Amino acid sequence: MERNLLKYVWKHSRSDQLWMLVVILASMPTYFLSLELPKRIVNEPIQGVGFENPGDTEFFLQVHLPFGETLFGRPIMLFQGFELERIGFLWALSIAFLALVIANGLFKLYINTYKGRMGERILRRLRYELFDRVLRYPLSRFRRTRASEIASMIKDEVEPMGEFIGDAFTQPLFLGGQALVALLFIFLQNVYLGIATIIVISFQAWLIPILRRRLIELGKQRQIAARQFAGRLGEVVEGIQEAHTNDTTNYERAEMTSILGRLFFIRFELFQRKFSVKFINNLLIQFLSFFFYAVGGYLAIRGTLDIGQLLGVIVAYKDLPAPVRGLIDHDQKRLTVEVRYAQIIEQFTGDELQPKQLHAIPEDGVPRIKSGYDVQRLGVEDESGSKLIETATVAIGKTEKVAVIGGFGSGASAFAEVLARVQLATSGRITLDDVPLEEQPEYVIGRRISFLDGSTYFPQGSVFDTLTYVLKNQPNDPDAADAKIDSLTKLERRRSANFDVEYDTDWIDYERAGVTNQEELTEKLREILTDVNMEEDIRALGLRGSLDPEEFPELAAALLEARNIFRDRLVELGFDEFVEPFDPDKYNTQSSVGENLLFGTAVTKGFEPDSLPGNEMIRKILDDNNLHSPLFEMGKEVASTTLELFGDLDPENPFFDQLNYMNPEDLPLYREVLSNIGDKELANVSEKQRVLIMRLSLSYIEEQNKLGLLTDEMQNKIVEARKLLREKLMALPVMPIAFYETETYNSAASIQDNVLLGRVSNTVAEGYERVTASIRDLLDELELTDDVFRMGLTFNIGSGGKRLSETQRQKLHLARALLKCPDILVANQPLNSLGSREQADMIKMVFDRINASSDENKMGIIWAPMQTALAEMFDRILIFEDGELVEDGTAKEIVSESARFKELTG
Amino acid sequence: MATLSDEVEMLRKIPLFAAIDPGKLKLLAFASSRKVYKPGQDLFKQGEIGDAAYVIVDGVADVVVEAEAGEIVVANLGQNEFIGEISILCDVPRTATVRAAEELQTLKIKKEHFLGLVTQVPDLGVEVMRELASRLSKTTAELGEARRELSALKTG
Repeated sequence: MERNLLKYVWKHSRSDQLWMLVVILASMPTYFLSLELPKRIVNEPIQGVGFENPGDTEFFLQVHLPFGETLFGRPIMLFQGFELERIGFLWALSIAFLALVIANGLFKLYINTYKGRMGERILRRLRYELFDRVLRYPLSRFRRTRASEIASMIKDEVEPMGEFIGDAFTQPLFLGGQALVALLFIFLQNVYLGIATIIVISFQAWLIPILRRRLIELGKQRQIAARQFAGRLGEVVEGIQEAHTNDTTNYERAEMTSILGRLFFIRFELFQRKFSVKFINNLLIQFLSFFFYAVGGYLAIRGTLDIGQLLGVIVAYKDLPAPVRGLIDHDQKRLTVEVRYAQIIEQFTGDELQPKQLHAIPEDGVPRIKSGYDVQRLGVEDESGSKLIETATVAIGKTEKVAVIGGFGSGASAFAEVLARVQLATSGRITLDDVPLEEQPEYVIGRRISFLDGSTYFPQGSVFDTLTYVLKNQPNDPDAADAKIDSLTKLERRRSANFDVEYDTDWIDYERAGVTNQEELTEKLREILTDVNMEEDIRALGLRGSLDPEEFPELAAALLEARNIFRDRLVELGFDEFVEPFDPDKYNTQSSVGENLLFGTAVTKGFEPDSLPGNEMIRKILDDNNLHSPLFEMGKEVASTTLELFGDLDPENPFFDQLNYMNPEDLPLYREVLSNIGDKELANVSEKQRVLIMRLSLSYIEEQNKLGLLTDEMQNKIVEARKLLREKLMALPVMPIAFYETETYNSAASIQDNVLLGRVSNTVAEGYERVTASIRDLLDELELTDDVFRMGLTFNIGSGGKRLSETQRQKLHLARALLKCPDILVANQPLNSLGSREQADMIKMVFDRINASSDENKMGIIWAPMQTALAEMFDRILIFEDGELVEDGTAKEIVSESARFKELTG
Repeated sequence: MATLSDEVEMLRKIPLFAAIDPGKLKLLAFASSRKVYKPGQDLFKQGEIGDAAYVIVDGVADVVVEAEAGEIVVANLGQNEFIGEISILCDVPRTATVRAAEELQTLKIKKEHFLGLVTQVPDLGVEVMRELASRLSKTTAELGEARRELSALKTG
């Protein structure tokens, strides 16, 4: 990449910059005229030059051919102009001045827009180019650099360049031009004033860069410190669990404090210097102003300079500091941005980048692997130079099943990584199908080989997205995708030399997964997920997920049917004693008072459990139904009982885990509230007290809290109030509640809760588990298994896949390695979080899949490091020891004859 | 449906808790949870680590010991009996399996709540000690009896 920012900008925006130059030059005369006019306005109509006698007239807009007198010996008049009297002339000049100001503004608008767009384009290009380089780095690079530092460079550090790029050439031209015009104007008025101005400006030009050297150095330091800051920040957030489980949060605090401190002092010094430079600048400029007023005034009094001229000079001078300061600022910006740019570029060069053509999209199909690997005297070193593999020479055919055995540091893992090009060979030669491995395009390595290891970092997305990621190598129909997007999007994409392939289209390669459409793909996924023992997990995720009934009306209807059947069978299943279905006419003792009142799930904030006590509508309903006062009394009762039970316990006491409606730290507050309220009635307490007490009564659950406070009469009243509240809510334009209704699907609740539509009492041993199992059986019986599975595929796995267990992630990893239908599967401890029994089952399953596949689709396996117990299942065994390939033979030979193998088996 | 005061009454009937201050008993009742078991369902299994003790509110439970010959029912427990406390007091695995012989209603008291109470109420600690000692003497007596019978069998 170009190492100098200005050269980079010039290279990619030459024609734009030239056009800008033209526009700027074109804007100069208007600028000059807008300086010239005030002088004429003051001198001619106001002071009366040329209007000495009443009735005198002047010509407005009279145009002479420039230099006409020199060329032809006499002035050549091109336009005679309009003849005007003094007042008319004043108006004409003033209006002309206004027109010039507007013209100037329009020029500025056009120039700013144009260069803004130019800057954004180059910024986009630069960011894309840097990202492209990230994709082409050798993988080892990322073991040295923090991910968030790279992100910080591409995102934040280049940002200020966008602004600068537009200004890179135009700003100095524009401002320089303006300054020159202003200077020229001053010169034309008075040579001495002009010379004085030049002296002051040159002094500035000499002094400022000297003061600024340290600023540049500081700018560089600030950039590096800020990048480290971003890097550490990212690391801490990603490893936040470690900080908690090791009580190192304070260590992290200290480190951040020290980094922030460094940053503070760098920035502080930077500001200090910046402002002192500014101060000196201003001082010099103000000195000029002193000079103009004193000397210019003196000349005017002496009559050498007329008042109009002096005013013009002062106006010009007023405009002069702006461009001069602008130039100085621009130069300052240029320096910082150039340093910044050089810093970034340094980070993005130096390594062997993969050549661009390795990443190309293949013209025709991707070739299959025909013969396999040939490894000659392979040597591998890690970044620190320590040997991972001393030497290994081996050939592995395409469909072989090879177990690589070797413990930690033996080289077995490194061997697998080298075969998948995750690690590069440092010496020797390794070919795949007779082509050096490093020259094989990514589409061969990435599509024909599946590499599988224990790392399971998945980006946020659904299970489906995670699985099909491996099939997204190129869009199915790029031309059709392009046809759909607007031409401006496409045009800008090309102008910034970004990737010229549309993202928003179907990228899934169905053919490679052996299917033709999404329907079949889902079937294929089910088959593979069943093989890796995850199908049931996925369905469980499906039951936990929610469903939009408008998107899936049929499924929602089927689930409603399931709900009815489940309700009918409650007695038969023996669930009637502990499952309490939501019934609009009954009080549900497993739910809180508040829930019973709402009888639904809150959709808006105002109806969530915490906001209920303060909700006006709820308050009104309680008042209207004579419930407010009894519930308030009940709340007081709950508070006093709780204080009686827990009042003298210290907050660490284990009994507090049973207290679900109050925090231990709130006890003193409630004690105070209770004593303040005393015998006061509801009407006489403050709103704050009311809310606190009502919070207790609304979250009271009879079945759990067992205080025996809810009489049947109260329960009936609450059910009545529920109906009235419902009527009121139905009248609202936006429903704040998704009601529990037997006939409608509740989109705010999970699929399982929709079938259940009730509460499970925790008084029955294993009650919840039994209910879950029977719901699953019921959905199977209704042939909804498929739909639940499909819903499971849409489950969002969370950032980094954290909503799945490590085992589930590793299984997903295996599943998608199989989905790719590779020619060779290279594995490096891929299932280390599974038990050895389950690992064996998985390997057997992979073998079964290979046996079941047709001859031309037979997959080879290279699995490292394999447990000795399972190695017999393979055809061939390689044993690594201390970085050397020490044995190589058929599984039969090695198992029966090798002393080493016996030793390893123990 | 039983309320807190019903449960306090229930706990009071158990000799171990008879002497405890009603306030503390109420707290224990508040913290305990009701669990219903179907006939044949296990409360806990021999060898498991214990995390709770139980008071039988209604019904009968079998105490089952697993021997080589199979399972042997060694005792029946009825209303107001306190079970499973040894395992949570001494941190030993469950010495026997307890299974509901008929529909069984219990109050489940978590280990940390029970221990919390023992440390706070010295009387309860003494009561627990007395109960355990009496069981020990009973068991020792039974052991002596069993030994005598065994030697009688051998010599006879």
